Amino acid sequence: MELSLFPRDLFAELDRLQRDLQQSFAFSPSIRGLARGRFPALNVASTPQSAEIYAFAPGLESKSIEVQLERGVLSIWGERKPALPEDGEATVHVNERFAGRFHRVVSLSDDLDPDAVKATYRDGMLHISISRKQAAQPRRVEIN
Amino acid sequence: MNENTQASREQRDEPAVLPPVDVVEDAGGITLYADLPGVPRERLQVHVDGDVLVIDGEIALEMPKQLEATHVEVSLPRYRRVFSLSKELDPERLSAEMKNGVLTLRIQKAEHAKPRRIAVEAG
Repeated sequence: MELSLFPRDLFAELDRLQRDLQQSFAFSPSIRGLARGRFPALNVASTPQSAEIYAFAPGLESKSIEVQLERGVLSIWGERKPALPEDGEATVHVNERFAGRFHRVVSLSDDLDPDAVKATYRDGMLHISISRKQAAQPRRVEIN
Repeated sequence: MNENTQASREQRDEPAVLPPVDVVEDAGGITLYADLPGVPRERLQVHVDGDVLVIDGEIALEMPKQLEATHVEVSLPRYRRVFSLSKELDPERLSAEMKNGVLTLRIQKAEHAKPRRIAVEAG
């Protein structure tokens, strides 16, 4: 089994394998082009101390991305300008990349601290790290 | 088979995400835009072999320890896409720029393939 980008349990891996298989058999490009996921694609992961969200959002300016966390619900929105020319001099052969306004919402656990959100944008990846509230973090109990 | 070809074959067979692209042609050449989020410049490879153009990029993410995924939409750490170039394009005149996870590739047309405007003279 090949390595995943994100470590996961066996059942999730099997589920992914099955989906990949379905996708490879369903490869007959329709008139509306290849079925694409939503923009930006999201990977969500957690650690005992934090929630980590990775948004695959290429071609944006960091100032044009809005991120908001409210009661455990994270919203990411913004706009991606089209790269294609508008005049008639050029011919567009392939047009698969997303352009326009986007908005994605992720429901996270409610033990996150809205004051401890860190967002960085690098190489087209938006990485949002949210710490859990101190009281919710696992603590080692000393036995006397 | 020597080691070198074996390594390149393994790389070719490795499963990868097909990145979305835009391809625009004008009188001077072709511009290709590819979405490669998470690929730093040094992990990107663009090469032309004969008339085949290969774009290959590896995702590098900073991941904290004890990370457990709960929702995954991008599950492979690599992008790869292969195009065949047509004859009028000049692979020697290829420029590539990477910015915010978007690769912009410009391939010029060979001089003889560029369109020429022919003046119609009044007779």
